[in-house]
Amino acid sequence: VSVSDSSPLESAPGPQVRAVQDPFHGDLLEVSMGPHHPSTHGVFRMNVTLDGETVVRLKPVFGYLHRNHEKIGEGTSYLGSMPYTDRLDYLCSMTNNWAYALAVERLAGQAVPERAEYLRVILAELTRLLNHTCLAGFLLQDCGASGTPLMYAFREREKILDLFESLSGSRMMCNFQRFGGCRTDASPEWLAAARALTDGYGAFLDEYEELLTGNEILMARTQGIGRLPAKLAVSAGVTGPMLRAAGVGYDLRKVDGYGVYPRFGFRVPVGEHGDTYDRYMVRILEMRESIGILQQALGSIPQGPVTDPKARLRGFRAKPGEVYSRIEGPKGEIGFFLVSDGSPNPYRYRVRPPSFINLTVLEDLCVGHSIADTVVILGSIDIVLGEVDR
Amino acid sequence: METPEQIRERLLARFPDAAVSVVPNPGPAAQHSLLLGGPHARLIAEFLRDLPGLRLDFCSNVSGVDWLDREVVDVRTTSIPDPAGGPAKLIEQKTKRVQPGYLEVVYHLYSMELRHGPVIVRLRTGNRSDNVTLPSLTPVWRSCEFQEREVFDLFGVVFSGHPDLRRILMWDEFRDHPMRKDYVEPDDYEWEPTPHGDVLEKAKRHYPAAAQAQAAQEGHKP
Repeated sequence: VSVSDSSPLESAPGPQVRAVQDPFHGDLLEVSMGPHHPSTHGVFRMNVTLDGETVVRLKPVFGYLHRNHEKIGEGTSYLGSMPYTDRLDYLCSMTNNWAYALAVERLAGQAVPERAEYLRVILAELTRLLNHTCLAGFLLQDCGASGTPLMYAFREREKILDLFESLSGSRMMCNFQRFGGCRTDASPEWLAAARALTDGYGAFLDEYEELLTGNEILMARTQGIGRLPAKLAVSAGVTGPMLRAAGVGYDLRKVDGYGVYPRFGFRVPVGEHGDTYDRYMVRILEMRESIGILQQALGSIPQGPVTDPKARLRGFRAKPGEVYSRIEGPKGEIGFFLVSDGSPNPYRYRVRPPSFINLTVLEDLCVGHSIADTVVILGSIDIVLGEVDR
Repeated sequence: METPEQIRERLLARFPDAAVSVVPNPGPAAQHSLLLGGPHARLIAEFLRDLPGLRLDFCSNVSGVDWLDREVVDVRTTSIPDPAGGPAKLIEQKTKRVQPGYLEVVYHLYSMELRHGPVIVRLRTGNRSDNVTLPSLTPVWRSCEFQEREVFDLFGVVFSGHPDLRRILMWDEFRDHPMRKDYVEPDDYEWEPTPHGDVLEKAKRHYPAAAQAQAAQEGHKP
């Protein structure tokens, strides 16, 4: 196949094609990666244009898991959307629940009891642990380390999911938060089990890091790959560990100080190079900080009710108005924009999905790297298609 | 951080002929917003991004909202003095008018540098049918790229100046905009070619010509 210089691929808008001096220069190849490729984390597709093995253009294709979550949210009551939020980012249902509950609480001016705030922090940090652990496992799987790192990660994840199951009745689809508190209270035994898990997690991270962090192959595959400049990250609305790996210390737990986060001491890890290795490392360091938050929260959780007695669940209505509310999810800023017209259903229900917006920079990260690096870069962005496609 | 009123005054000092108004939010969250007129929107957005003391460098969220035509009742009260010297008579005159609908795009802006926000900016289209073009803010904030494509796809707002305005979640051949309030799902969405009674009924409704042809054929049978 020979493509002349006036090929439509070359004249197409997009990043500049790197000049390569070889006899096959100019022969561009278009590859459709996905939606059923195992490295695309679900049903994600990329139309990649290759010059040899080098990516010159990459256009993501979305929508294979689209079910118009937002339209469903407009058609059901405020509470009815709560179980649907589990299915957005199905690894992190607890933080999705919290983000949605917080938005509705702000829309209606609903207070939350102290114990519920602590319980929410505990559950959110456990979610962060399981998400980041799995991410590291998936990233290594994408590098070709099949099995071991992912299985280690899933072993630990299962312990956290056991905790979620004993508290909420479900491993992944927890549907646990309510407007004005949590659905059930945590027993002293549950808190003791969470404490034991937290205390043991540092040792697991040591083991995991010994396996991965200094690993020569991991470093060769990730260092200097997919650099994200801080300016582009800010402009492109990248949030979460990916933004902090690019060197911007913007963490909503510090910036907004929602819930009871201002009461806990923790540091915000920030990367130096913005490459794939930094994105891995920032998440490992964030897990260490999460363990600290968990120990503080589990040590100081007060007694009391977990739901506000004045909170209404059935027949809940919010006064006309609107709110945008956001929290720091494990993948970035998860926000909900709600417009109420006084009826039992929200007039507008919008989810701000962090991994969808983080994908804005995928093409910028991948251009100039090889097709094999694309897989690793995508793995380090941390996407879940339930949230990207909604 | 400055209130929307203060921001509006700073905007009007820089762009005297711009249409900027504050939209109050009656809810407990009290997140008031700025409504911008179309022609100046991109200049104002750039100005807000670079303005010292505000520096809204992070556009977090872009959402569309569909507002249908609404019937509004205006009540006019006139007071007629009583010639006999008694108390004045109040007459209420009610007139109904239809407020035309529009599509609205809401931008939630924050500052990562100065760590404040949100400043909420709204743009409105002229109507819901043929005047649905708004300026794209993607050249100002790159994070609008996919989100504006989503608003275009699901609401049908056309963003002029967007570098790559295509459908993003629905497939390219799809014709309608499903997040609009008056969107009706086609009744053969989940059509399956098994001859259940209700499926055949649906098929008759959806393909009336085929049903008539079949009926005619059956009529000719001996």
